[in-house]
Amino acid sequence: MSNVQIMTGNQAAAMGVKLSHVQVISAYPITPQTPLTETISQLVEGGELKAEYIRVESEHSVLAVCISASAVGARVFTSTSSHGLLYMHEQLHWAAGSRLPIVMCCVNRGVGAPWSIFNDQQDAVAQRDTGWIQIYCRNNQEIIDTVIQAYRIAEAVYVPIMVCYDGFVLSHTMTPVEVPDADLVRDFLPPYKPHMILSPEDPRNINPVIFPWRRQDPEGVLRDGYMELRYKLQKAIEGAREAIVTTNRAYAEVFGRDHGGMLWTYRADDAEVILTAMGSLASEATVAVDILREQGIKAGVVGIRVFRPFPKEEVREVFVNTGAILVFEKDISYGYEGALCSDLKAAFYGTGNRAPIHNYIVGLGGRDVKARELAEATLSSLEAIASGNTEPKTQWLNCDTYLPETG
Amino acid sequence: MPDKLFKVNREEYMLPGNRSCQGCGLSLAYRYLLKALRENTILTIPASCLTVLHGLYPTTSVAIPCLNCTFPSTAASASGIVAGLNALNRTDITVVAVAGDGGTYDIGIQALSGAAERGTDFIFVCYDNEAYMNTGTQRSSATPMGALTTTTPILTKQQNKKDMLKIMEAHDLPYLASTSAAFPLDLYDKFVRAKRIKGTRYIEISAPCPPGWIYPPKDTVKIGRLAVETGIFVLFEIEDGKFRFTGRSKTLVEKGSRLPVINYLERQGRFRKMSIEQLTQLQKWVDTKWNEYVRRAE
Ligand SMILES: Cc1ncc(C[n+]2csc(CCOP(=O)(O)OP(=O)(O)O)c2C)c(N)n1
Ligand code: SF4
Repeated sequence: MSNVQIMTGNQAAAMGVKLSHVQVISAYPITPQTPLTETISQLVEGGELKAEYIRVESEHSVLAVCISASAVGARVFTSTSSHGLLYMHEQLHWAAGSRLPIVMCCVNRGVGAPWSIFNDQQDAVAQRDTGWIQIYCRNNQEIIDTVIQAYRIAEAVYVPIMVCYDGFVLSHTMTPVEVPDADLVRDFLPPYKPHMILSPEDPRNINPVIFPWRRQDPEGVLRDGYMELRYKLQKAIEGAREAIVTTNRAYAEVFGRDHGGMLWTYRADDAEVILTAMGSLASEATVAVDILREQGIKAGVVGIRVFRPFPKEEVREVFVNTGAILVFEKDISYGYEGALCSDLKAAFYGTGNRAPIHNYIVGLGGRDVKARELAEATLSSLEAIASGNTEPKTQWLNCDTYLPETG
Repeated sequence: MPDKLFKVNREEYMLPGNRSCQGCGLSLAYRYLLKALRENTILTIPASCLTVLHGLYPTTSVAIPCLNCTFPSTAASASGIVAGLNALNRTDITVVAVAGDGGTYDIGIQALSGAAERGTDFIFVCYDNEAYMNTGTQRSSATPMGALTTTTPILTKQQNKKDMLKIMEAHDLPYLASTSAAFPLDLYDKFVRAKRIKGTRYIEISAPCPPGWIYPPKDTVKIGRLAVETGIFVLFEIEDGKFRFTGRSKTLVEKGSRLPVINYLERQGRFRKMSIEQLTQLQKWVDTKWNEYVRRAE
C-alpha cells in the first residue's frame, strides 16, 4: 500500500517531523528553510501534530529551547539555513556537549557577505567540528526517510544530528515522495526515552563548570574531566557509524528503501574514474556518469551521505580500484581546498591508494552546476592525468578566475 | 528578631560551603530566594558568578535541579524547559532563570524580551552586582556612573545605568519587583508572591559584591542597606500595572528621610575617582527617578 504524494523537500521534511511524533519544535525563519517552519506551523495549529511550537526571536534562542526541552525529556526538532546556522554556532557546541539527541534540518545555503540566498554547502561544512552528526540527502525521498532515521540514530548514541539538503534544488522542488505508513513509523521509532532528565525528583546540576582533570565525587568515585567528556563525544560520533548503518538497514527492511548508510554508489564497481560529492550534487553526478559511460569512459559515483562521522573505512574500500578520483564540492576551506577533498585524501593516507585526486569547487552561491559540465571536467582531468599531470589540484569550475591587475 | 522570620522556610537548598567570595551579596540573596521557591523548581543559569557558586563537577552546592546554559540564552533556555514540561504534561513545576546584570541587561536582553513577549510562564531573576564580576569586574550597562571597573579603569563609567526595570515593565508583565540581598524578608516575600502568579515574572536583586565594589566583606548588608536608604536602589513591586513601594523604601517615602548618595558612594573604592560633576549628576539622576516613583505611588 503505497502513498505517493508530490511534495517539496521542505514539505517532505515537515512530514518526517510529523511522523516522528516530535513534542517540541522551535524555529526561526530563513530562506530557503522558511516553508518548512511554515508547514510545521500549519501542522501544529491545524491539530495534525500535537507538539509545543515555540516561535522564538532568534536562532540562538531556537537551539536553547531545543536543548532544554530535550533535557527535560521531550523529543525536539528545529531547522535553519546559512546565517541562522552560523548564529547558532555557540549553541551547536553546547547541544553536542550536552549529548542531547536533537534533530535539525539544515537547508543548505551560501553564506554572506555579500548576501546570497541560493544554494551551496558552506554553511553546514563550516560547522563540521561542532560535534554534530551530518547527513546529506540527495533527493526529497531521502529527506523524509532520513528525518525519521535521524531520531533513531540520535537517540541511540546521544549525539545531535544535522539532516542537510540543498536549498531550492531540493527544498523548493516538487517531486513524488512515498510517505511511510504512520503505524510502521511508530514501531520503527518508539517514543523518546531520555538518558538524563532534568527534574525535581532527581535534582542534578547539568553542564556545570568542569576541570580538565578528573575529580572524585562525594562518594569517592572518580568522575570525568573535560577531556574525558570530549573523548566520549568523539567515541560516540565514531561509534554512530554502526547505528547509522543498522538503522538504514532496518529502515530498508520495513519500508523498502535503502539510502546507503554511510555512502552510496552508482556504477562504481568497475569504474576507472569516480566522481564524488555530497547531497543533490552527487545525484547530478550520476547523470554525468551516464554521459561519460556513453562515450565509453568507465565512470562511477560515490555519494558521501554522512560527512561526520567521516566514512573512512567505507571510502577506503569503495575507492580501492579506481584510477582517478574527482571531488566536486560546494564549499571551500579558505586558504586550502575543498573540505571534503581534504578529508578524503586523509582517509587514504597509509593505504595503497595512490589514485590522483582532482578537486573542483562548484556551484557556490547558487551558480548552476550542469551534468554536462561535470562530465567535461572529468574529461579534462582524465586528459591531464593521462599526460602525466597527476599533481592534486583545486579548480573552480565555471568561474572567471582571471584576476585583473590592480593599482 | 522580627516575627516574620519564623515564616521563612527552614529548609536549606544551598548546602554549606560554596565557591562564591566572602561576603557575596548574591550568595545571601540566593539562599533566601531558593527557600521561597522550594522543591518543585527547575533552574537555568548562564555563565556568571552563579555558575561558580553552584560548584564544580562532580559536586554542587545547590540542591535544586539546574541546567547551565550559554551566556546569551538564559530566557530561551527557560522557554525550552517550560515547553518540554508542557509537552510532557508536567505543569506543576516553577521554572526559574537566574542571570547577572550582564546576562540580563546586555547579552541576554534579546532572549529575555522574546520570552516576556511570548508570556512564557517563568520567573526571570537578575541579580545586579553592577558589572561583569565573573570575568573580573568589567563594565556592564548596569554599572552606575562614576564607578571604576577594569574596562573603565581611569575615567570611570561615563553613562548612567540602564533602566532595565522600565524596559521590562514595558512588556506588560503580570509581576515585576526589585529587591535587595540586604533585605532578605522583602526578597523572600516577593519570591513567594511571584511563585503564585502565572506568566513572565521579573525580579531584580541588588547584590553588593565586595571585590567588585571594593569594600570589606563584612559590610555587604550595610552597603546594601545604604543603597536603599539613599534611594539609588528602590524597593518596589508592580503587580498588574499597580506600583507600590515596599519595605524600607516605603518607610523612606513616608518619613522623607532619604540620605544623600554620597553616604553610599564614599564607602566603596569603586567610586574613588568620581568627579564632583559626576556626583552632582548622579544625585540628580537618583532624585529624578525617586520622584517618578513617588508620583506613581500616589
Ligand atoms: C558569548 C559569551 N561572551 C563572553 C563570555 C564570558 N563571560 C562569562 S561570565 C561573563 C560576565 C557575567 O557577568 P554578569 O552577567 O553580570 O554576572 P556576574 O559575573 O556579575 O555574576 C562573561 C563576559 C561568555 N561566557 N559567553
Ligand atoms: S565577585 Fe562578587 S558577585 Fe561574584 S562571587 Fe565574588 S562577591 Fe559574589
